[in-house]
This record gives sequence, structure tokens and C-alpha cells, in this order.
Amino acid sequence: MSSRLLSRAPQDTPGTWKSYLALTLILLVSAFPVYWMFVIATSTDEAVMSSPPSVIPGSNLMTNLSEVFGMQDVYFTASLINSLIVAVVVTASTLFFCSLAGFAFAKLRFKGNNVLMFVVILTLTVPNQLGVVALYILMGKLGWNGQLLAVIAPGLVSAFGVFYMRQFIAHAIPDELVEAARIDGALTLRIYWTVVVPAIRPALAVLGLLTFVATWNDFQWPLITLNGTDFPTSMVALSDLASGNYVVYRRVLAGAFVATVPLVILLLLGGRQLVRGIMEGALK
Amino acid sequence: MALTDVRVARPEEPKHAPPNRAKFWLYRFDTKTVPYLLIAPFFLLFAVFGLFPIIFNGIVALRNWRLDDPTLTGWAGMANFSALVQDTDFWDALLNTFGIFILSTVPQLLLALMIANLLNRKLRGSTFWRIGILLPYVTPVAASTLVFAIFFSRDYGMANWLLSLVGFGQEQPLDWRASTWSSWLAIATMVNWKWIGYNALLYLSAMQAIPKDVYEAAAVDGAGPWKQLWAITVPMIQPVVLFTVILSTIGGLQLFSEPMLFDENPALANGGYDHEWRTIAQLIYKVGWRDLDLGYAAAMSWALFLIILIVAGVNYLATRRLGGGK
Repeated sequence: MSSRLLSRAPQDTPGTWKSYLALTLILLVSAFPVYWMFVIATSTDEAVMSSPPSVIPGSNLMTNLSEVFGMQDVYFTASLINSLIVAVVVTASTLFFCSLAGFAFAKLRFKGNNVLMFVVILTLTVPNQLGVVALYILMGKLGWNGQLLAVIAPGLVSAFGVFYMRQFIAHAIPDELVEAARIDGALTLRIYWTVVVPAIRPALAVLGLLTFVATWNDFQWPLITLNGTDFPTSMVALSDLASGNYVVYRRVLAGAFVATVPLVILLLLGGRQLVRGIMEGALK
Repeated sequence: MALTDVRVARPEEPKHAPPNRAKFWLYRFDTKTVPYLLIAPFFLLFAVFGLFPIIFNGIVALRNWRLDDPTLTGWAGMANFSALVQDTDFWDALLNTFGIFILSTVPQLLLALMIANLLNRKLRGSTFWRIGILLPYVTPVAASTLVFAIFFSRDYGMANWLLSLVGFGQEQPLDWRASTWSSWLAIATMVNWKWIGYNALLYLSAMQAIPKDVYEAAAVDGAGPWKQLWAITVPMIQPVVLFTVILSTIGGLQLFSEPMLFDENPALANGGYDHEWRTIAQLIYKVGWRDLDLGYAAAMSWALFLIILIVAGVNYLATRRLGGGK
């Protein structure tokens, strides 16, 4: 009897009340900083500096928000629009170029296919920070420093995206489908558009989410190239909000909260895809 | 469906009729050249914004390159690198980077393993839990660091309030930013918070790929859940463990956002009054864009790259060893 009980794989073992309790605690810890961001964003200065700290939202949200959006030299409203522009352009371009390249690597025969794919994977391992100084000089020569273009251009395509799309397309689309379309006279781009794109919508959703989140949250490079200009992204604007000799916490966190909300919404809408994307990525 | 649609659409078209010249060239172009055109954007963009900066960075490191004095140019030889070796700021930053790295990586991966093990059960609402632990991953690191900066503030900080509940620091609240170890701990907490859920999902994915009969065979020897985890699950998911170790090494040694925004005045890029928690990445930023010495910053980038390579290699070998060295 007891050996039958033990012989179950973990996946078949039902969770006990202890597992649910532990998971609930983990969820609370995961959510707490975001919740507390909201609490402080709604508080007055007195509430922020009270002991014990208040954990219940106040009623000062509108005041704090209007202060953040009205602050000189922070360009908070513009920064949100800038972040949106950067994230949307980078995501759209990544989806387009990565699915094209992934399609070519997975389904088209050309000389050097495997070698070039290996090069793509190799580029994945290069720490991007290594080139930051030279990238800044390059952008200076191009005259792009301080412009959104400097943030957009390096993100237009990603090695991870090419790799991810290649893996997905290789599995999701049978070779015969591509061959059949070709025999019927369809050109490569037409096959991409009519056969590949409809079949890879789930992968596009996953890669799109991952790219949008990473781009929206990017901090270091935007800080280097955009700091001190009139075109910050929202992360750079947040660092401006938090800088200076006199920092108003409720204001900083009202800004942080506003910059976080879009991502929480994305998580609520596309959480399932995001989970799947991360879990699939681990296996490949 | 698409298959039959396409086939039925033009049945009258002759398949093997000799194509006219234009058609022939179009076909040739489509099969010989178009594939390269499809992958060209990646390679072009990578060449310009990925590869070139890395090579060029090596040149900048060997030159005088100051943003405040464009006239001061020319080859510096190894001057930037020899300055680096004697620069105590660099070695202090290296120590900080490693300290924070260890405090954040080890608990991060161990806790991720525990959580993945919890999630690897038959659970109600399994998707809900998985999405829930991704909240830190999607939260902008700038935003969450600013929350933690307040969480760890000396007066009115929630961390100190919690400590006072268990009777610590009642007469003198802990100033998290004032000492090395406490600032490291605070920053490591932020890193752990952000990445545990993500890594847990990576582990979970590998755990679910383990064939069930592996457990069934081992259970005959009476392996309990805990022993099951360490004796069966962990060795079976070793490739993913390796992957996460490498990933967190690369990420952890380049840590920038957390130490930057933990500062009471991030614009200074100080990493504490006495640089208690200034990391290498932060020092590169400070040297490059506060001291305006790009040549020196480029040399530091190279040093950091070398360090990452070495540590990633060592960690790779060590993790393989721990897992039985297959």
C-alpha cells in the first residue's frame, strides 16, 4: 500500500493545504511591492512617514498624479508616450524580422543555413553591456543620442527572437505544406504571409509580450543616451523623479505606479501566453 | 485546410511546362536570393549595433577618449588598463558586485527550485499560481527598486518596522545604506524578488518533462518527497539548472538598475556615501558619463566581460560537478 502511495510522480500528487498556504504566501510576497507602490501613491506625506507604516490606500492619488504629471523637467506625460512608441515599434519590428528570419532558417534551403543559425545562437551569449561605451560613440556619430531612435534601433531585431521563431516554425509547420504551396507557384513571401503567419500566431503573441515587457522596462541604455534630454522614456523619467536633494516619495511612487500599470494589465491579459513562452524557452 | 485550398485553387496550371525566361529568373531569385534577404535584417542590425560596438570598444579602450575634452585624443596604449589595475574604486566595485551576486544568486535559485517543486503538483488553478509569480518579472525594475528603496529606508521604512516587531533595532534603527553588508542584503533582496518566479517557471518546465516512471522506479526504494526532489528531480533537470546559473551569472555581474536607484540621489551614481554598494556596471556608468572618460570606461567594460567569462565558466563546471558530472 505505502509503496503505491509513494510511487506517484510529483505531477500526480495532489497539493496539500500546506502547499496552498505556501503558494498563497509566495503570491503575497510577489504582489506586495506593487501593492505598496499603490498605497504610497495614494498617500499624503504624513501617511508615508508614519509608524507603523500604513498599508491601506489613502485618498491622495489624484493630487499625487497631478503633481507628477505637472512637474517641470521630468516630462512624465511625454515619457509615457515615448515608452509606448519605443515598445510598440521595437515589438512590431522584432516580430516581423524574427519571424521572417526564423521562417528562412526553419524551412528554406540555402547555403550556410546551419552555420549562420549557429552564429545567431552565439550572439545570444554576448553580454550587451560590453559595447555600451562604443554604442554611445556610434550613436553620437549618427547624431542619434538623445533621440528615441537611439533606443529603438538596437532593439529592432533580437537573436533570441530569431531562435525562438525558428524552433516554433520548425515544429508547427510541416515541410509538405511549404512544398505544396511552392509547387502551386507561390513565392517565398507569399508562403510566409499565407502559410506561416496564420500558423505562428501563438508564438507571435509570446514573443511580442516578452519583447514589450523587456523594452518598456529597459533602463540602462535609455538612461545613458536619453538622460537630461526632453525625450526620456518613463524609466528614465522615474530616475529623474527620484533624483535631487529633496525627493517626495508619494510623488516618485505615483510615477512608478503609473509606469507599472500597463504591464500589470498585460500580465492579466496575456499571462497565460507569457507563462507558456517562458516555459517553452526553457526546453529549447 | 490551407494545404488543400492552395492546391485546388489553380489545378489547371501546368506543373512541368517549361517556364518562360522571366519566370525562370524570378524562381531562381526567389529560391536562391530571397532566403538571404529574409535573414539579412538580423545580421545587418547585429553587425551595426551589436558586433561593431564590441570591436570598437576594444579600440576605445586603447585610446584617450574624453567627452569633455575632444582635443585630448590619440593612442593611450595600455594606460587605461594599467590605471585599472591600481584603481581601488574598481576593486571595491568588483568586491561589491561579487558580494551582491552571491547573496542574490544562491537564494534565488534555491527558492526557485522549492517553488517549482511546489508548483509541480496536481494543483487547483495551476495557471493562476504561475501567472501570479510572474508579477515581479513584469514589474519595471526601476519602479520596484524605488519601492524597495523606501522599504529599506532608515526612518519609517517597513523593513525596520518589521525588525522592530521581533525586537531588533528599537533603540537605534538600522541604516541599511550605511554599511556594506546591509546594503548588499537590501539589493540582493530586490534581485531575488524579481527573478525567483521566473526561474521557478524554468525549473517547473523541466520538471514536467521528467518521465513519470523515473519516480515510480525510485519509489520502490521508499524515496519520500524531499529525497525525491534532491535524488531524482534535481539531477534530471540539471541542464536547466546549468542554464539558469549561466543566465544569472551574466545578469548578476552586470547589475546596474538596483544599485543605481537604491541611492538616495540616483543622479550621482555613487552607490552609497562611501560607495558601499557600487557595482562595476555602475562604476562604468559613472566613469563614462559623470567623469566623461569613455576610454577608461571602455577598458572597464572589457575587464567586466573577461570576469563574466571566467565566472560563467567556473560556475558551469562547478554546477556540472555538483550534478554528478555527466
